[in-house]
Amino acid sequence: MARRILPGLPLSLGITLVYVAVIVVLPLGALIFKAASLGPADYWTIVSSDRAVASYRVTLLCAAAATAFNLVFGMALAWVIVRYRFPGRRFVDALVDLPFALPTAVAGIALTTLFASNGWFGGALSALGIKVAYTPIGIIIAMAFTSLPFIVRTVQPVLEELDGALEEAAQTLGASDGEIFRRVLLPQLLPAILAGLSLSFARSLGEFGAIIFIAGNQPYETEITALLAFIRLEEYDYPASAAIASIMLLAAFLMLAVTNILQTRALRYTVKG
Amino acid sequence: MKIRLDKIVKTFDTFRAVHGVSLDIGSGELVALLGPSGSGKTTILRMVAGLEYPDEGAIFFGEENATDIEVRHRGVGFVFQHYALFPHMTIGENIAFGMKVSKTRRSAAEIADRVADLLRLVQLDGLKDRFPAQISGGQRQRVALARALAVDPKVLLLDEPFGALDANVRRDLRRWLRKIHEELGITTLFVTHDQAEALDLADRVVILDKGRIVQTGTPEEVCRAPENAFVMNFLGDANRLKATVTAGRASVNEVLFDATGVPDGAAELFFRPADVIWREDGAGIPAVLLRVIDRPDSKRILAVTADGQHVEFDTAPEFPFRPQSRGTLEILRPKVFAAAF
Amino acid sequence: MTDGRTMTKATPGSKPGHRRPARIGEKPIFRNSLIAIVLVLVLFVIVAPLAIIGVQAFSKGAAFFAKSIADRDTAHAIWMTALTALIAVPVNTVFGVAAAWAITKFDFPGRRLLLVVIEIPFSVSPIVAGVAYLFVYGLQGLFGAALQSVDMKILFALPGIVLASLFVTAPFVARELIPLMQAQGRDLEEAATSLGASGWRTFFSVTLPNIKWALLYGIILCNARVMGEFGAVSVVSGNIRGQTNTLPLHIELLYHDYNAVGAFAAASILASLAIVTLIAKVALERRGAGRVRRPALAGPSLAGSAPKTSKAGISTP
Repeated sequence: MARRILPGLPLSLGITLVYVAVIVVLPLGALIFKAASLGPADYWTIVSSDRAVASYRVTLLCAAAATAFNLVFGMALAWVIVRYRFPGRRFVDALVDLPFALPTAVAGIALTTLFASNGWFGGALSALGIKVAYTPIGIIIAMAFTSLPFIVRTVQPVLEELDGALEEAAQTLGASDGEIFRRVLLPQLLPAILAGLSLSFARSLGEFGAIIFIAGNQPYETEITALLAFIRLEEYDYPASAAIASIMLLAAFLMLAVTNILQTRALRYTVKG
Repeated sequence: MKIRLDKIVKTFDTFRAVHGVSLDIGSGELVALLGPSGSGKTTILRMVAGLEYPDEGAIFFGEENATDIEVRHRGVGFVFQHYALFPHMTIGENIAFGMKVSKTRRSAAEIADRVADLLRLVQLDGLKDRFPAQISGGQRQRVALARALAVDPKVLLLDEPFGALDANVRRDLRRWLRKIHEELGITTLFVTHDQAEALDLADRVVILDKGRIVQTGTPEEVCRAPENAFVMNFLGDANRLKATVTAGRASVNEVLFDATGVPDGAAELFFRPADVIWREDGAGIPAVLLRVIDRPDSKRILAVTADGQHVEFDTAPEFPFRPQSRGTLEILRPKVFAAAF
Repeated sequence: MTDGRTMTKATPGSKPGHRRPARIGEKPIFRNSLIAIVLVLVLFVIVAPLAIIGVQAFSKGAAFFAKSIADRDTAHAIWMTALTALIAVPVNTVFGVAAAWAITKFDFPGRRLLLVVIEIPFSVSPIVAGVAYLFVYGLQGLFGAALQSVDMKILFALPGIVLASLFVTAPFVARELIPLMQAQGRDLEEAATSLGASGWRTFFSVTLPNIKWALLYGIILCNARVMGEFGAVSVVSGNIRGQTNTLPLHIELLYHDYNAVGAFAAASILASLAIVTLIAKVALERRGAGRVRRPALAGPSLAGSAPKTSKAGISTP
């Protein structure tokens, strides 16, 4: 460590460490402790129960679908905001953050009302024979809504900073628009896309507020893992709640690790040799 | 491939970058577009490439009107100022890119052979699998050139090709580019703001100012016979003295100089610092020495004329400088131009 | 969003006809279709949910709306939410500033780990956070027995709600300040200290003016999240109507009581807060806040967005 010049390290670092310990580490530690105190057999029985596994499946599949939608829509949105000038562009840019600013419970009742069979969209969709509210499609929509800004906001700054000369260079070499997008732009956007994807997916895995209104919450069908943890709690089955919550925590950490690995790999070419 | 620019005009928003420029470039010629920033030289180069479209005028490649041909079909090789190498591709992949996206199908082996040939040409064998971030600026420059050459361009266009490099790397690369040009014989147009670079490298120099061509000629022609004050100043240090022209003779401090073709009235006399002979007495413009700047190969003397105009001239290192000594300046190779207002 | 006009307008400065700039995706048909598709989707996905809140809230008229808002339980929920924010936001602001100061002005071992830990709440589901707090302060928890013996109630009361909110929003202020202060470096503070300024003096007269907009930005986002938090709070609040219900929880209650209009009336308050937050966000972004993104959390994260992105220059208007 170099000689310290500025004052305030003990105070600021002290506050930070105590706060992080009490607010972040202590509760998560307590959760892990609680789950660990179950013993392997009991733990396994709880986390591999049919109902739990069904909830993982619902959560993962819906989160994957929602993330896929956001990948396409988010990329298109980022592209349109960065590359084109049109009336209302700044308004659209500002609106992108609405899903982050709007409380999830509010989003939940709004989406449910929109997609209920007598709602603005639900009516039209049920005429086509598509039921959204109280089905997995509803879960997907709630997840997609709440995690929409991630891809846009990670890709947008990178897209803005891309060196225009690379596109020009590719054109002088005879590449078509599609080839330039695929071979020149996409690889450079990839780290940002991966970051956005994993943030979006992680958020969808953990989302609760917006989903419980629209999902129907039928065990085995439309019950997400977060809700199962909540239900076990309401049933005073604390060990089960702890075990299921620990699985979600594990998934969150796994996502963090995977994101870091993918990003590092996608950026390996920037490492000086 | 011959290139012809016919009265091209380009305006950005309200700023007119290029004012009706016409230019013929012979097949196999190496031409420099030389000018200060804002002279429109890069815009002209980009229009030849098809990266910008002229508002008026036409560009011909040979007999074909190329004005509206898209850049990707124009068949030019373009080397960008900061190289624009694809950062996520290796050197080999960068060079192969144009061949991979080309309509003419080539086998992987063909492409690999060609990449190897080009790497040899630009003297970078063995760097095929490095990424651009892992090589030096001069090496990147050569990769950019190899990549541009890989698509067999009809014309090679270079935008400030050595601008981002150290002085000695730059000089080596210049000589090397000249050699490559002689080997391949591709019509080449490059942009620079560095007159030494243009004079060193080009067959012909096109000097631009404020979107207009101010002189075109071989390095010898533009150096020996600058057609106006801008060219005189831009190509190197120049002294400027106020003069008055009457009937083809310019008078400075009652010393007369040839000014054939310059209209009567206010004018300016230009000469290089090396084109001065200092005498303690004799004919010439009377002046007083002020100060000396020592240089490795000469002495630069600062003087002031009897009517208060400043002059700089170069002498041998042995020059016996004494401040305030009086004498006269004999001026060799003087140029007289009508005064600019 | 007047789609009709959008469709026909070319890029400013571009010439009509074939003269398209040397960028990809500029073919008018591609460009206009993409803009149209995106605008329609924005209308359906973002604008419609916002619009329906207003429509539903006033579906029984303004008088009913006013009555819903003025309802005793709703008013109490609003008060609970405001109180929670009044405690949680300042606490997290102090934490965010302290963490940013420690992490950006000093080098110490474990700095990167600390950065990662600070960002953990972003990746953890609010439900997990709520459950975790239960195992600290609940009857089954680490301190449960001790708390009960001194008759202190943390869960199912305001302290629990505040704690859960603190967890969920812990990174908000810190993550706005850290990348910015990293980009700004230590020169100014070192200069001030070398001129004899005290640490507090240095912070208030040198550091703070340069980070004020980013700080405000973090505070506003933190506040929006505190006021809107649902999952974590619903675990620890106990959901006692008229006592421990925050506004989002009260909305759920009303909604499940088949008082949808009442729920939307309450929701419209939070939706208005969201709109105010967005407006403030845009205003602060014009002053340069929010421009430097995520710190070097994950090593070389987003290409080029590492601290070197110093175009963040927080400029005073």
